[in-house]
Amino acid sequence: MEFQGYRRSDGKVGVRNHVLVIPSVVCSQGAAEAITRNAKGAVYLPNVFGCAQVGADREQTKRTLVGFGTNPNIFSVLIVGNGCENLPAKEVAEAIVPSKKRVEYIEIQEVGGTKKTISKGRKIIKEMLAEAAALPRQPIPVSELILATECGGSDYTSGLASNPALGAASDLLVGAGGTVILSETTELIGAEHLLARRARTPQIGKQVLDLIAWWEKEAIATGQDIRGANPAPGNIAGGITTIEEKSLGCIYKGGTTTLEEVVKYAFPPTKKGLILMDTPGHDIDQLTGMMAGGAQIAVFTTGRGTPTGSPIAPVIKISGNADTCRKMKDNIDLCVSQIVQGKETVKEAGKWVFDEVVAVASGKLSKAEKLGQRDFCIFKIGLNF
Amino acid sequence: MAAKSKAIVINEKDNVATAIMPMKTGSTVSFEVQGRTERVKLLSDIPMGHKFARYDIEQGTDVVKYGEPIGKTTARIARGEHVHVHNVVSHRGRKEGA
Repeated sequence: MEFQGYRRSDGKVGVRNHVLVIPSVVCSQGAAEAITRNAKGAVYLPNVFGCAQVGADREQTKRTLVGFGTNPNIFSVLIVGNGCENLPAKEVAEAIVPSKKRVEYIEIQEVGGTKKTISKGRKIIKEMLAEAAALPRQPIPVSELILATECGGSDYTSGLASNPALGAASDLLVGAGGTVILSETTELIGAEHLLARRARTPQIGKQVLDLIAWWEKEAIATGQDIRGANPAPGNIAGGITTIEEKSLGCIYKGGTTTLEEVVKYAFPPTKKGLILMDTPGHDIDQLTGMMAGGAQIAVFTTGRGTPTGSPIAPVIKISGNADTCRKMKDNIDLCVSQIVQGKETVKEAGKWVFDEVVAVASGKLSKAEKLGQRDFCIFKIGLNF
Repeated sequence: MAAKSKAIVINEKDNVATAIMPMKTGSTVSFEVQGRTERVKLLSDIPMGHKFARYDIEQGTDVVKYGEPIGKTTARIARGEHVHVHNVVSHRGRKEGA
């Protein structure tokens, strides 16, 4: 099976063809936004980090920004720095060069102020947008797709309908040779044994169990109660009692295939098939991590409703809650509430979700894209100094 | 599952069922488990999406949904009673006894 995508010089395949403007530091976010304003096809990242960071925390910010730059949905990249930050624009740009796409950088201090930076940036992206417009879509096997899966605003319908439907779609994509990323490690607590059992090797299974043990230890070490955050108050109102219950509904998203690899936050998978990325349960942190890892498209299941979108990729929203589908129809792409009523099978809904993934990958706009919803948030693992 | 069911049991091992519409104390809810019809008289109001007990569940034992334990009861729960945060606790991701 094929979709219509963009083949990049490094062989990877995009489902969108954006010109991306990355502020390497929060100080240049305003200029980056101004450069992309009213420039159709150009997007920027609302990055609030990039300075006063050290060690693994700095590396994670850099890896995430570079991952967005190298993501195959991106045609070319402009990095905008201020000039004195400890994550310089030049360093981010150089790390994107191996992807063989055009990458440039400018700095506000060097160019001489915000107005000149905006004017210079606009000139650069005007050229990039003209180059991008010349690249046509072409037929590409669906095996090139990396699908990010995610759930948020969960309620009882998530585990009954939308997550199983997405799981059936995940199985179809993996069956066709594609890749599916499951994430939100904290929302595996109570279900980790089921996933570990499906690991390709005992070592991968152990990695799953070790990750859960680490998150649980971290939660306990805060001296706080994880129940204050997960399940969230809305989850509880929606009928979810414990983190275990939420997790058991949550892991349906990844389908039933063998777990091939565990990757750290914002690292690209090296295998095809089902992948686990270690991320928090925080919706935007995890979406950002998977996009930085090279996912071109996401399916996001929700019970209570959520507006989430990505600056660089389509996010298809599905819900099994009929009220939410009705109340938030400008946000929800597919309604699978018929499963709850027993009027549709999970398998039928899964095929529908899979077909929607192929259609959206080929250019159909997701509702989050139509709304211009562009969420971006890096999983911060250290203090700013 | 039958289209007329007002509750869902996901796995036959489950000792709870999930209401797919709001239901009142004293009403009898019928639903299908593995093709057999089961009836439970409700001892509490059950909001949509919330759980009630299929059987009496002793204090300090597992609540089972999806065929897996989702937490332990903090009190005895009678068949037909609401099962939620007021009588179930998770032991994961926090200090025991906290």
